[in-house]
Amino acid sequence: MAKPSASEAPKREPLAGVLLGGPRRSLEKLGSQTIRVVSELGEMVSLLLFAMLWLVRPPYRLRNHLAMMEFVGVGSLFIVVLTGTFTGMVFAAQSMYAFGLFGADALVGPTVTLALTRELAPVLTGLMVTGRAGSAVATELGTMRVSEQIDALKTMAVNPVQYLVAPRVLAGIVMVPILTVVFTVVGVLGAYLVTVVWGGQASGTFIEQTRYYVDAYDILSGVIKGAVFGMLIFLIACYKGYNAAGGAKGVGQATTQAVVVASITIFVVDYLLTIMLLL
Amino acid sequence: MGRLESEMPRQRPEEKDVAGHPRAADKGSSDVIISIRDLHKSFGGHEVLKGVNLDVEVGSTVVILGVSGSGKSVLMKHVIGLLRPDSGDVFVDGRSLSRTDEHGLQEVRRGFGMVFQTAALFDSMSVYGNVSFPLREHFRKMPESEIRERVSEKLAILGLSGHEDKFPGELSGGMRKRVGLARAVIMEPKIVLYDEPTTGLDPITTDDVDNMIMQAREALQVTSVVISHDIRSAFKVATKLAVLYDGRIVAEGQPEEIANHPHPHVRKFVGTHFHGS
Ligand SMILES: Nc1ncnc2c1ncn2[C@@H]1O[C@H](COP(=O)(O)OP(=O)(O)OP(=O)(O)O)[C@@H](O)[C@H]1O
Ligand SMILES: [Mg+2]
Repeated sequence: MAKPSASEAPKREPLAGVLLGGPRRSLEKLGSQTIRVVSELGEMVSLLLFAMLWLVRPPYRLRNHLAMMEFVGVGSLFIVVLTGTFTGMVFAAQSMYAFGLFGADALVGPTVTLALTRELAPVLTGLMVTGRAGSAVATELGTMRVSEQIDALKTMAVNPVQYLVAPRVLAGIVMVPILTVVFTVVGVLGAYLVTVVWGGQASGTFIEQTRYYVDAYDILSGVIKGAVFGMLIFLIACYKGYNAAGGAKGVGQATTQAVVVASITIFVVDYLLTIMLLL
Repeated sequence: MGRLESEMPRQRPEEKDVAGHPRAADKGSSDVIISIRDLHKSFGGHEVLKGVNLDVEVGSTVVILGVSGSGKSVLMKHVIGLLRPDSGDVFVDGRSLSRTDEHGLQEVRRGFGMVFQTAALFDSMSVYGNVSFPLREHFRKMPESEIRERVSEKLAILGLSGHEDKFPGELSGGMRKRVGLARAVIMEPKIVLYDEPTTGLDPITTDDVDNMIMQAREALQVTSVVISHDIRSAFKVATKLAVLYDGRIVAEGQPEEIANHPHPHVRKFVGTHFHGS
């Protein structure tokens, strides 16, 4: 390798600059990033409000809504069933081992069911839907943005927030809770399979213990989380896609950001909701 | 970031009153339907439009000429409210677009059709789906048979019969452009904006498109604004030509006036056609 010439060598900053400029610059950077995040947050909230506003205004595109619900709900059903079953099975196997250490095998059913309905089902369903449908929505809207299809909609006197964003956010709010319930149900069936059918626990024990410890509120809290996650996933995906810029690369970035931001948001909001729902 | 702002109402108090801008009277007997006044637009420090003034009379066909990158598409997007000016204004039927919010713009756009330079077809829909889209959106009770009839008629004019079920990805560039044309005129709007409708088309299809524009004017008094690089068809369809250069309209007038215009850039631009033959 060639030695760096003198002109390429990094210039030394004066000591005061090193001491003051560095921190100041990183502070400035932090500041501008904070401003960006806050303003994006504001824009997302207003996008949500506009989408909801346009949802209740005519024209009502029923077919559009059904198509989106099918895309989000039916389209994600298979992976939700698959991941739900295995989550329930793995969790049951681990619980059987752990509870077996102190002879509390009877609690495997309620433990798995409570964990599924309150936490695992909404969070994992949210993540699966983000990966499958959220990314697709960000890519679709991003492509429509950079290829001027959103502008074309506007020139045809069609409101793109009403036509594109509203049905996607609504589909998330409606379908993700349903998928969450599906996840819970197949998860419990998976746990039943491992505990009762393969593990030899009495069927009555599993069912009675589960019914004793799990009530409607546990199911409801999972459903509420599912609805909130569903709304957030598609709001973020639509926002990122809608604001994509700069060709194929920009669309790729929008999709990546949508998936990353939505996934992180699910974890953070899950904690907040858990606290609120426990109150 | 920031795209969303165009969906929200925005006030521009500094603009002149609607009544205060010159209309109709100073342009002889013809009515002005689109009036562009001192339009300025920059993108990140790069000033693209530096004060554009242009009037479009009802029932006329105005062709805008200019080299690539001179800001023709940007200008056209201001006319339909897709871009907001930094200063200046566009009046459509006397209504100031910069003082109109997104909801109001939606109303204004009902009278418009626009052909995008890039066609901008919905790639999730077939040719039929694309062309019928405005009809479905705005005439919700129109029977399918009538939609089909109207779409077939437009597709036939543009030589696209038999391609109804293809998707944009399966079409050639010129076909896509023609589908975009069909979609823009399917509602039979009173104003049609064409951003390079014939670029990339063969001479025969170009003639068909030119004839379509002229027929719309003669039969239905449609007002057209056309961006074109094709000098021959520009002079054929235009009732008025305007040359955009360095962010301004440097020449404006009847085809003969432009053909003999003294401005050096205009001479250079149209010279290849007139003085070469
Ligand atoms: N959204 C945008 N962001 C930044 N710059 C833009 C944007 N749109 C247009 N420009 C710039 O404005 C200038 C004019 O672009 P425009 O598309 O209007 O050119 P044009 O006259 O239509 O050219 P052509 O004949 O090649 O289509 C170009 O320099 C372009 O880089
Ligand atoms: Mg252009």
